[in-house]
Amino acid sequence: MRDLIRRILDWVDHRTGFETAVKNFLYEDIPASSGWHQVFGSVALFLFFVQAFTGVLLAFNYAPQPGDAYHSLQYIVTQITGGRLIRGLHHWGSSLMVVVVGLHMVQVALWGAYKKPREATWILGVLLLLLVLAFGLTGYLLPWDNRAYWATVVTIQIAGLVPLFGEYILEFLGGAEGVGVSTFTRFYTLHVLMLPALTVLLMMLHIHLVRKHGVTPSPRAIGQPKKKFYPGQAFKDLMAFFAVFILLFVLAATVDVPLEGLADPSDSTYVPRPEWYFLFLFQMLKFFEGRWEVVGAVILPTLAVLALLAVPFLDRAKVKRIRQRTLAFAVVGVVLAGWLALTVAADLTTPEPVASARETGPAVADWRLLTPVELAGRAFFQREKCAGCHNLAEGEPKMGPTLATVTHRKSAEWLMGHFKNPSEAVPGSPMPAKTISDDESACLAAFVLKLTPGNAAALEVVPDYAMRGAVIYHESQCSACHLVNGSGEESGPPLNGVGQRRTAEWLEEHFRDPQKFDPQSVMPPYDFPADDMAAIVAYMQALPPELQ
Amino acid sequence: MGKDPQSSSRRTFYQRIIYGVSSLIAASLTVPAVGYLFPSRRKGNAAKGWTDAGDVSALPLNEPRELAFQRKRVDGWKTSIERATAWVVRTEGELIAFSPRCTHLGCGYHWETDSDRFVCPCHTSGFSMTGEVLEGPAPRPLDRFETRTEGNRLWLGRVRPIPENGGQ
Repeated sequence: MRDLIRRILDWVDHRTGFETAVKNFLYEDIPASSGWHQVFGSVALFLFFVQAFTGVLLAFNYAPQPGDAYHSLQYIVTQITGGRLIRGLHHWGSSLMVVVVGLHMVQVALWGAYKKPREATWILGVLLLLLVLAFGLTGYLLPWDNRAYWATVVTIQIAGLVPLFGEYILEFLGGAEGVGVSTFTRFYTLHVLMLPALTVLLMMLHIHLVRKHGVTPSPRAIGQPKKKFYPGQAFKDLMAFFAVFILLFVLAATVDVPLEGLADPSDSTYVPRPEWYFLFLFQMLKFFEGRWEVVGAVILPTLAVLALLAVPFLDRAKVKRIRQRTLAFAVVGVVLAGWLALTVAADLTTPEPVASARETGPAVADWRLLTPVELAGRAFFQREKCAGCHNLAEGEPKMGPTLATVTHRKSAEWLMGHFKNPSEAVPGSPMPAKTISDDESACLAAFVLKLTPGNAAALEVVPDYAMRGAVIYHESQCSACHLVNGSGEESGPPLNGVGQRRTAEWLEEHFRDPQKFDPQSVMPPYDFPADDMAAIVAYMQALPPELQ
Repeated sequence: MGKDPQSSSRRTFYQRIIYGVSSLIAASLTVPAVGYLFPSRRKGNAAKGWTDAGDVSALPLNEPRELAFQRKRVDGWKTSIERATAWVVRTEGELIAFSPRCTHLGCGYHWETDSDRFVCPCHTSGFSMTGEVLEGPAPRPLDRFETRTEGNRLWLGRVRPIPENGGQ
């Protein structure tokens, strides 16, 4: 058996050189001084594979379109086996990638491993850092929730500040008209096609250079006999992978990655926050106002990147032992302290989201207290099958937002526009446009505006006769003369309590022939069909005696 | 460093750990991935409800008609209302509703009055009014919906037998 495997391997190696290549890779000579401090580059590579793996898996169930993106992600995390875990791995993997790449740079900077002849390796490393950040920035939009949307609005605005090229960058990112379908598609393409390809290319070049120049030895190790990468250093690398992987897995399995509501461009109460590793930039912007903004948003970050790129050319001293590199320690220390201070400051000064009041009047928890217009709206809610996608109160999640907890304030106009053309108000909304009359639309809006987290559950159950009665009441324009629950005119008698005063037979007869009871009455006769008559009579009888 | 007497046993130790840990990491990624790519459909999501297919009071005896109706479809993250059809025939004593897909490879078939049979244009399978295979490559009779009538209205349930993956 062993013989057969050997023969197959030899056959393959003879034709492809694969085994030889793997051996060359594993038995690379590394300096005697190599050790635990040199595992970070490999860990970054490992994390890249984890990101690629989980990213491809996510793509298998992800619909890259605003709106659908959100719903497919919701489906991934709520419906698919392991979906929540895989999204968690991808999300936390990106954060860990930033940490590990940061540690890798700090290690290289402290040990002075960027020095001649390794300048190009360092420069490629800086470019790879920028790619990692670009991954974070573009990936942030892809869930298409409110957080994604608003953070990207800010990003796009900042990109527009770039002197001379701002307009072109905006155009390239599809953001000239604000964040929408174009920006989304551009970000998606960057995130899943261009950045991975570029990263693989630069990583290969980076690793090629690492091997070409060899792992940087400490000054003491120069002249000492070398050791092999495998298995000693490979073991250390793998232990580091394992530690990071355990951390990643625990984060993914235990810490829920938020998926907020569907992106809502009209939500003015939302406080956009970037991912934690961009908080320092976010904070820095607060120090620059007006025309100086470009300094914090563009000039300083650009200078910082240029300074990073220039490091090997600024520090050209001979290689020293790490203990003697006090200046390097000082510089790295100051940079990290500055970064930390800005990040903490950003975290401390972010206001809590404003809990916005809704313009609703008193919250009623009983359908009997709704005005006929609102109750008719409730009927149209039923007729248009809105409940297929919307919960009134929190319940088993549906495709559309729960109406009582869409906490930000909407106007009736906004809602009516939304019913007519949903995706105009909420880009990517999968809600079908409703071909209902303006009048019905207004009723529906009045009802939706009446919803609060406190009353919505009670309003889920309304008897059919009441809804039908309210629609008839509304369509017959009864409120032109009558008052119900504080709504309507008072030229006729108020109708609250009419059920206590009159019998059903009386009411029915009165609808058919008002003058029979009062020759002076100006009320026109309403000869409703039997079903309608029964409904409106029952509705009249159900009206509360008077408004509390 | 490399060549001390213990190096061979240390090497074996390293190798074992390396194989063990890499397998563990690989397994922790692939096991969820398999669950993710081959999800056992969570119950309650499948199309199990009954759909109102319309009024069948005018349906003549022994004359198949194609009924079009709307039904709810849950496909991944999307729930949509789609147009669907069923071939319905009233025979002596029963009302049969056929799934509009040929049992061979899923093409749509139609009723041909001249030859008095359902004919699938793809590979010329023919079925009788009650769905039995008369000719062609179809492996089994036409699939039927579960049916129920309420007054004049026909309600359709699941198609049975349900071919795995729609017969692909």
